[in-house]
Parts: sequence; C-alpha cells; structure tokens
Amino acid sequence: MTSLSDTGEFIAKKYEPKGPVVLDCQVNNIYYGDFRAVRDSHIPIEKNKVTGFIGPSGCGKSTVLRSMNRMNDLIDSFRFDGSIQYHSNDIYGKKIDPVVVRRYIGMVFQLPNPFSMSIYDNVAFGLRLNGYKGDEEEMVVKALKRAAIWDDVKDKLKNSGLSLSGGQQQRLCIARAIATEPDVLLMDEPCSALDPIATRQVEELMVELKEHYSVALVTHNMQQATRVADVTAFLGVDISKGGRTGYLVEMDDTHKIFEDPQQKLTQQYIRGEFS
Amino acid sequence: MVHDPFKQASSARTLSAPPSANDYMKDIVFRAFAYFCASAIILLVVYIVFEIGSEALPAIKTHGLGFITGTTWDANKGEFGVLPEIWGTLYSALIALVIGGVFGVGIAIFLTQSFVHAKLELVFRTTIELLAAIPSVVYGLWGIYVLIPLLRPGALWLHETFDWVPLFSTELSGPGLAPAALVLAIMILPTVAAISVDAFKRIPYRVKEAAYGMGATKWEVILKVMLPTASSGILAGLVLGFGRALGETMALAMLIGNVNNISFSLFSPANTLASLLASTFPEAGDIEVQALMYAALVLLVITFIVNVAGLAIQQYTMRKFEGKK
Repeated sequence: MTSLSDTGEFIAKKYEPKGPVVLDCQVNNIYYGDFRAVRDSHIPIEKNKVTGFIGPSGCGKSTVLRSMNRMNDLIDSFRFDGSIQYHSNDIYGKKIDPVVVRRYIGMVFQLPNPFSMSIYDNVAFGLRLNGYKGDEEEMVVKALKRAAIWDDVKDKLKNSGLSLSGGQQQRLCIARAIATEPDVLLMDEPCSALDPIATRQVEELMVELKEHYSVALVTHNMQQATRVADVTAFLGVDISKGGRTGYLVEMDDTHKIFEDPQQKLTQQYIRGEFS
Repeated sequence: MVHDPFKQASSARTLSAPPSANDYMKDIVFRAFAYFCASAIILLVVYIVFEIGSEALPAIKTHGLGFITGTTWDANKGEFGVLPEIWGTLYSALIALVIGGVFGVGIAIFLTQSFVHAKLELVFRTTIELLAAIPSVVYGLWGIYVLIPLLRPGALWLHETFDWVPLFSTELSGPGLAPAALVLAIMILPTVAAISVDAFKRIPYRVKEAAYGMGATKWEVILKVMLPTASSGILAGLVLGFGRALGETMALAMLIGNVNNISFSLFSPANTLASLLASTFPEAGDIEVQALMYAALVLLVITFIVNVAGLAIQQYTMRKFEGKK
C-alpha cells in the first residue's frame, strides 16, 4: 500500500515466531487524519512471552500498542489499515465490538489513572464489569499482592485510590488491570513514573505474568527491555520528505537485538547515539 | 534599602539581585487591597444580618419561636406565623431541585461525553445559558399564560385517577405548587447544567481512557466512573441551584398562589417566604413590616443552613472519592 505521501521503502525482515502467536499484528498503515503515524510493520506477539517495543520518541510504538486493544478508536481521526489476528479473528473485523476486545486484552497506561473510588473498588472494577461470580475479595487481594502494593494498602483499602503516591497509584492500576486476568496485557511505559525499587517489582511481575499470559511492553528504557523482554521490536522514525512515520526496523530475540543487531539504525540506537 | 547580605558574598559577576523597594511596595498594596475586598464582603453580610435582625427585633420579642410554628398570617389580628411559607419554600425548591437536577446533569452528560459534535455542543450550551438570561418576571408571565393552561388537563387527569396519592390530592385551579416548581426547575437548570459541564470537563482524559481500557461500555464509563469523579462538582451546582430556588421571588409570587397552606399536593396553591415578602411589603404597616423582617431573617437562616450542609456533603464526597483531606 503506497497511497498518500509514502515516506520510505524499507520493510523489515519478517520475524519468524518460534512459539504460538496470540496477537498477530500486521500494520499496513495507521493514520490520524491525514497524518501517517505508522507504516508496514508486522509484529507478532507470542504467547507466554514478553514482547518489548523500543525506539525513539514519535516512532509510533505506543500507537501500535494502543491499536492492539482498539484504544485508539476513542480518537475520531484514527484509521487502522491492516489486521490484528486474535484467536483467529481480526479484532478490527466488522462484527467485533471494541469493548469485547478490551475485556480480553488489558492495558496499563504510562501515567497512573486510578478512578476516584476506593482502592478496593478500583481493583474490583473489572471483576464487577465482567460479572465475576466467585470470591471478589480473594481476587482483589491476589491482584494487589501480585502488583506488589498489598503491603502499602492492606490497612486502607477503603481510602480513595487517589490518596496514594504516584508510584503506588501506578501499581494500583496494574492490580486493576490484572485482577480480571486478561489474556494479553499491554503495558505502555508502565514504569516511567516509578522509582527503581517499584520498577524492579513491576518487572518481576511481568516475568511472572508471562507464565500464564502474554505481555506487550513499550519502554523507553533499554535496560528494562533486556531485563524482561524475550523478543524485542525496534521501531524507527522516517522523517524523509517532511513526514514522521514510524516503521518496524528489526524484530528478533532480545539478546539478538542487543548483541548482534542486523540493521545499522538498530546498532546506533542501542549504542545510544540517538534517542 | 532592602537587606541583602548575599550580593557581595556571591561571585562578582552574578546577575541576581533582590526585589526592589518598589516591588515590595506593590506586594503590600496588593495584599492590602485583597484583604479589603474580602473583609468588605464579610462586613456587608454582617451588616445586612444585623440590620434585618434589629428591624425584626420587636417581632422576635413578641412572637418568639411561635412565629416559625404558627400557620396564620393575619395583620388585622396581629397574628403572624410562617410555617406554611417555610414548607412552601422548601417543598417547591426541593421539587425544582429534583427536576432541574436530573435534567441539568443529564444535559451535562449529553454535552460532554461525545454524544454530539463540538459545534452542536456550543449551540446547546449557548441556548441553555440563554435560559439564565431570561428575567424572572418573564418566566412568571409565561407560567401564567402558557404553563398553567398547559398543565391543567394533565393535572385534572392525575387528580381524578390517582386522588389517593397525596401528591395529586387536590385540583389545579390556577396558580399552585406544580407550575411554580416547574418554572423554578427551568430557572435553576442553567446553573446546574453549566457547573456540571465544567465538572465533567475537568476530569482528565486519562481517567476516561482508563475506564474504556477496562472494557467498559459507554454507559458503564459514564455511570460508574465519570459520574462519581464529577460528583463533588455536580453537588456544588446542585447546592447553588437549590439556593437560587429558595430565594427566587418574582416568578413564584406570580405562580404559587400566595395561600397559607401546608399540603403535599402538587396542585394546591401555597406560599414561599420570598413570595410572602414581595407580595406583602407594599401595603404593610409598621407591626407587619417587623414581622416581615423576621420572615426575611428566617429565609436567610434557611439559605445559610442549606449552603453549609451542601458544603459539608461536598467535602465528604471529595474525601470519599478523591482522597482529599
């Protein structure tokens, strides 16, 4: 597809997944109005793995991630051209309701965004939404423990979620997202507001989560990618012809990307020559 | 000279300098002005209360608390009681608050939760704000000539069919509580709607995003997340609207019937404190004026209590939902 202002010709070498794929994401083009944000990127998210997205600012890694549970549908001018196969259905299919997609594919955002309700209600929100019939309290406690925030909040579950500090709020949001045990968890720079200790805890959580679920992680922190991601996708920005279009440069096992990158651009980025 | 021990001590080339004496002067002048404005308002309120209180003093001495529990207002017999007016004031304002509140918040949701295009939203908003610009007397006239005839058939049917329900136990013979409360509801609608719209707009986009991200439907997002988040702002709007309904005078004097009557019926005529004041003052003698001052004081106290209670509820919701101390 080479309509509108094509800003580049490069197409990354196809990454061959080694295990089963849960989200097979084939982006042809993503537009915001006339602005072409991302082009030609095939990024399969493998089951029971953490897939990291790295790349310079504005490369569209968040855009791609947010396309995976149709969050971008909230933006009127957003247009997705391509397909994302999830359990042999295209989540952009005509018959698919974005609301249903988001119940199976959860999301943690860059900035903490707890609801103005109690800590307990925040975590129970998804359970109630999904009509969970079992022991609600047990699931809430379990989610809070896994998100490494239980010790901070166990004595004040009735307090507002907004009364917590920024780092605690973010872990609360993670607890809220994992309480319903979504099949896939999308994390958009979840640690950017966290201190090093909380960051480490969240990273451990991601590794733990992948045993049962699949995680897609956007990060600005390359060390984080090396620590938790099994597979890493590097996206670049094409600024030729005045545009700013992101595209997949290289995707491979994380150690391969960081130790033996095939593309010059990836090498330069890994070495910290631009960001 | 401004005291600055640092200039000499720091490196000779620094451009840092203390604020000049003039800068400090501006600071002082502005502070004094702000204090003056703030205290002037408090003084004014105290003065008004004092003045009304002293005018009402003879009546307070004569009637005591019996004024509040008395049900007749008869200047010839020197009997003054405002219980029906207190009842009418609170009852009409409460009905108006329920109707105006539901519609006001509904409109705010409609305008802010991307149901309409931005341009159309502006048209709606302007129209609603226009409602606030219509003078009270015009609402009164509209009520008499349009609303009452319009309500009459429906009221008659309700009365005939459900006359065992206290709300419909009398006939609407002309002016009455229902038309008065409806006009009040329309009058407070813009206040409630405008403040609720602001409350919804203040919610950061990321909260909405989080709610949709959980897989909530639009209705669930609005009901379970947006409404609780906006609740303290919406409450502020409701309190302001209720305050306005309590004190509204002209339209009510024209529509409520000015009859000392305590009834649950929506269709019976009633009276309110403000309406009593407006309609009785012109022909009142000295003794009656003192009683009216007493009534004004009662109205002031009611408004004060409502505002304080509203503030307390608002603080409570802020603590509960937003974790603010």
